[in-house]
Parts: sequence; C-alpha cells; structure tokens
Amino acid sequence: MARAISSRRMALNTAIAWTIGAMIFFPILWTFLTSFKTEAQAIADPPIFFLFDWTTENYTTVQERSDYFRHFRNSVIISVGSTIIGLAIAIPAAWSMAFVPSRHTKNILMWMLSTKMLPPVGVLVPIYLIFRDLKLLDTQFGLIIVLTLINLPIIVWMLYTYFKEIPGEILEAARMDGATLRSEVLYILLPMAIPGIASTMLLNIILAWNEAFWTLNLTAAKAAPLTAFIASYSSPEGLFYAKLSAASTMAIAPILIMGWFSQKQLVRGLTFGAVK
Amino acid sequence: MKTTLKAMLGATALAACTTAALADTTLTIATVNNGDMIRMQGLTDDFTAKNPGIELEWVTLEENVLRTRVTQDVATKGGQFDVMTIGTYEVPIWGKQGWLVSMNDLPAEYDVDDLLPAIRGGLTVDGELYAAPFYGESSMVMYRKDLMEKAGMEMPDAPSWHFIRRAAAKMTDKDEGIYGVCLRGKAGWGENMAFLTATANSFGARWFDEDWNAQFDSPEWKEALTFYIDMMTAYGPPGASSNGFNENLALFQQGKCGMWIDATVAASFVTNPKDSTVADKVGFALAPDNGLGKRGNWLWAWSLAIPAGTDDEEAAKKFIAWATSKDYLELVAEKEGWANVPPGTRTSLYENAEYAEVPFAQMTLDSINAADPTAPTVDPVPYTGVQFVAIPEFQGIATAVGQQFSAALAGQTSIDDALANAQKLTEREMKRAGYGK
Repeated sequence: MARAISSRRMALNTAIAWTIGAMIFFPILWTFLTSFKTEAQAIADPPIFFLFDWTTENYTTVQERSDYFRHFRNSVIISVGSTIIGLAIAIPAAWSMAFVPSRHTKNILMWMLSTKMLPPVGVLVPIYLIFRDLKLLDTQFGLIIVLTLINLPIIVWMLYTYFKEIPGEILEAARMDGATLRSEVLYILLPMAIPGIASTMLLNIILAWNEAFWTLNLTAAKAAPLTAFIASYSSPEGLFYAKLSAASTMAIAPILIMGWFSQKQLVRGLTFGAVK
Repeated sequence: MKTTLKAMLGATALAACTTAALADTTLTIATVNNGDMIRMQGLTDDFTAKNPGIELEWVTLEENVLRTRVTQDVATKGGQFDVMTIGTYEVPIWGKQGWLVSMNDLPAEYDVDDLLPAIRGGLTVDGELYAAPFYGESSMVMYRKDLMEKAGMEMPDAPSWHFIRRAAAKMTDKDEGIYGVCLRGKAGWGENMAFLTATANSFGARWFDEDWNAQFDSPEWKEALTFYIDMMTAYGPPGASSNGFNENLALFQQGKCGMWIDATVAASFVTNPKDSTVADKVGFALAPDNGLGKRGNWLWAWSLAIPAGTDDEEAAKKFIAWATSKDYLELVAEKEGWANVPPGTRTSLYENAEYAEVPFAQMTLDSINAADPTAPTVDPVPYTGVQFVAIPEFQGIATAVGQQFSAALAGQTSIDDALANAQKLTEREMKRAGYGK
C-alpha cells in the first residue's frame, strides 16, 4: 500500500516537474519555431505550431545583414575574460573569508552583496564619463572590467559557501606538513573545490553572456556582443518577429548548448549546501 | 645589427599604420531598425565606391534603446558616433544646446530647397538646418475598402471624427472578429500620446497655454479623451490598452480592423501581399478633423545628424549628403522599385510621374503638408511639435500622462480621474523644471 502511494506520488511529482519544465522551456521553443517561419506566419492568429513551410530565409537574412561571428567573438572574450579575472580575485578573497574570518567578515560579505541592490542605471552616467575619459568606451577590456566588478559579489559568495564546506583541519594538516600558503591553496584547496569553482565559473559565464544593460550602453560597433546583435533586430515600427527570433536563437544557442552539457555541475553548484 | 633591424621593422610598421589611418576614415553610424534604414545599409556599396577613403560601421538599435544611447553620447560628448539617426523631437532641442553640427553648408547639388517645407521647418533652429531628413512621415486613415462598401458608406478624402465613428459602428462585426477601428492604446510618449496629442489638436485642445500652464482641465481635452475611449470601448479590439503600432499592424494585416489611423509608413506594410492578407483592399484618407481647422495627423522625420565634436565631420557630411540626396532615391527605385523609396522628404519625388503611381504617395504628401509643427493647435501655444512638445521634459511627462490615459482606456480609472491626475502631474513637473515663473 505504502509503495503504491509512494509511486503515485512519484508519478504526480514527475508530472508537475515536467509541466513546470515545459512552461519554462516553451518561450525558447517558440522562439526557435518562429525563426523558421515567414513574417506573416510569425504573427498568424491562431498561432501555427509545426504545420508551416519551414524556411531558413531568416537565418540567411540575419547573416547577410550583421556580422554574427564578430558579435560572437566579443561575447566569448568578454564573458570568459571577466570570469577569469573574477575568479583570480574571488578565490583568495573567499579563502580568507572562509578560513581566516575576522569579526567583520559577515559585514563585508553583506556589503558586497548590497552593491547588487542598486539599480545599474543609477551609476550609468558616472561610469560612462569615466569610460569616456579613460578611452574605454566600445572596448572589450572596458566591458571585461565592468562585468568582472558586477559579478564579483556573486562569485565571492558562491566560492565562500564552497570553501566553508571544506574542513579547515585538512588545510591545517597541510600546514603542519610544511606547506606554504601558496601550495596550500594551489595543491590542497583548489583540487578539493574544483566542482564548486567549475559551477561558479559556468554561472558567471552565463551571467556575463546574458548581461544586456552595460553591454548595450558601453559599446557601439567594435566591442558589441550578442546582446547588441539581438537588440538590432527589435523594432517598434515594423513586424520583424521571425528575424528577431532567428537572431535570438543564434545568440542563445552557444550558451544553451554549454548549459546543457554542464547542467550536472550547475545544478550541483546551485544547490550545494542547500540540503544537509 | 639586431637592434637596427628591430628599429627598422618598428618604423616600417608605424609608417604603415599612419598611412592606413590617413587613407581610411571609419564612420560609425547609429541607426534604427526599420525597413528604409536597413535598405540603406544594403546599398552603401554605392557610397563607398564613390568615396574610397571612407568606411562605414553600423550600429543598428531598437528605437528606444537608440534614443537612450545617442542622447547619452551626445550629452556627454562621448564621441562614439559620427552620424546619428534622430527624430523631429530631438533636433530642435539638441540644436539649441549646440550639440549638433549645422548643415547649412551642404553642396549646391544637394538642393536643400527641394526638401519639403514642413519637414525642413521641423529640423531648423534659428535659420540653421541641424539634420537632413532621411524619411518623413505623418499619420493617416488606412481602411478596408471592402468593409466600407459592405457598410454602404464611402470614405471621403478628408473625413471627420464623427464619420469615423459612424463607419466604425457599421464595420464592427465582433462575431466575425472584425473591429471597426484600431488605435494606439499602449502607454508611452511615442505610443498612445503621439496619437492622442495629435487627435487632441483636432479637438481644439493643447498641452499648454501661452504661459506654460497645463491644459488637461480644459473641456477640449475631456471631449477628445471621451470620444476616443467611448469609440474604442464600443468598436475597438479587446485589450486595446496594450496595443501599439506593431500590435495594430498585425491586427490590420490579418483583416481584423476596419480602419487604422497611424503612421503613413505603415502603408507599405499593409499593401505588401507577402505579409498582409488584405493588401489589395486597403484605401487611404487624411487623418480626421472636427471642423476646427486642424487635422489629427502628426509629423515626424527620421533624420541624419552629426554630433558636435566628431573627428570626421567632413566625411560624415559627405555620407549624409549621399543618403538624403535625390540620387539615392533614384538608386532605391532602380534596385527595389518606387514603392520602397524613403518617402516624405523631397518635393521632386512627388513630382515624379512614376512615383505618383504608388497608391499611397499622394496621401502621404497631403498628410505631411496638412501638419504644421510651428502652429500645431487651434489656440496659440508656446511650443513647436505636432504630436509632442519640443522640450526636454516632455518624454517623462507624456509617458506618465500616457499611463493615465491607457488606464482609463482599460477601465481601471475614470476619464475625469485620468485627466485630473494628468493635470496634477504635468503641473508638478513643469513647476520643478522652472516653467511659468
């Protein structure tokens, strides 16, 4: 009897999970389908699901009109660059907070997080002026710096949470054996925290890839990433939904594929420490 | 020896770089994503072939994003763009601020006197032309000829608002999913407020009196807003308060609207058989009036301007002179047909016999000529602009007022409350901005 209830409950949970999953995935599926329609089919009422003449015309048009690969390259450089610099700063910071905490550590962590509570537009003008004076407008380097700083609180918090799970005694034992600080971090801490660092890295790449406020406001032609590529297909005066969908599909495909293959690490990273 | 070789290599590289920099000027052009602009991007080989030293880089953005980006750049002298696509709203404000380069010295063959006077007037401040129009638009009535015939009515060339209402009543067939009239309802200074400000002009209403006092408490505004909301509630599509240009375009193209009053640029979309199911059934008429001498149509031009302080002013001017020239219109006609020529900028285009055959050509010209940005209202006003007030505060105030009117259309608030709130918030913002002291 108990087994019957449990399997029924299991089936219900599975059904609910699949429904929620399908609802979350639906906009992406719809964008994908729309990208293969004509503009007239894209706005058809009632909407057409699968029974339409599939066309790749939108992809051809998008590729003819915009340089996809230049935007793609900028997205890769900016997201990977900001992640590497972010990790280089966050690993020592999280180490000191996790293993050598002071009485201000909690406050510092909260303060770091509080910087995420300010609407970005509030600091747009000062940052724009600083970038203008430093000649960083429309440069990959400028965006790498901004995205590193924006995502740093999240990286530090995530790594801090991981490092806290690692018993300090192991590091102490290494120290007893004569390990220097450098070798303690490099040979003991990092190998043990690899899953955590990997998921932090993946999450940061996704956040940087999808960031659309600063990447749109601080770039023009040279450093514009895929977010600007999508924005160039949106129009309040003209129905270009099929082309917009094709541009969106091309922009999200790389990160979606990366997310798909690394979902195990991502899920582990995001739920780490949530259930004990 | 090694050092000498290195030095020589270095010097050669430096010389190569310098020569390249002298030979090539790269213009960064910020533009909106609409059909005419995209077509221009495809035709720029003609310009680069004629001007081998100049390369073009495009930054295409959605209208609202573009507006934020170029405003931020021109105001801070960021120098990211050499040519900017801006509208009739920005030109007088930015021109006054000294943010734009004057275009008064365009070459004689450009024939600046050929520009349509209404459009040219909107881009001129104190005798200085600050932008060259790329395409101009007004608003007009687009209607279904078949439904009009079925209703036993005939659309005059210059209808009144009361005719539109009667026609909407007769054309509406909710069981068939056909709504007599589709109008903008989505809140925003460039969405419902563009339409409602132009409509209010034809009802004798105005935003401000000559001393910059808000006028939403006037009977004319009440009459205009009541007429609009009553007509839309009875004969408009459901959810009209969230419909903007694109939503109405989709409804009209699918045959769900009897009439649609909106930008003249829509004419080429609704008559294109590839996208529109009613392409061969569309007629055009001037925007309606109320017998007060002003019609409810607006005036807008997407124009090309050069921000003050750009390093490549000369090259930028060359480009603008090419993109807004008579030759460019002929180039588009040759490659893509006359119907795709950017409309509403030059008198000579409307004198061209081939262009006159385009079904919406004459109505577009008549609509543009019917709008006067320097005297947009029945009673005198201290501002210019037909569907906007050319002051920097307008965007913020009109979007807030637009939210009130959109809520009234959705039935979330009464017409009286919406007008009272609009009056209160406009008074407050104008006082803050230092007007009327």
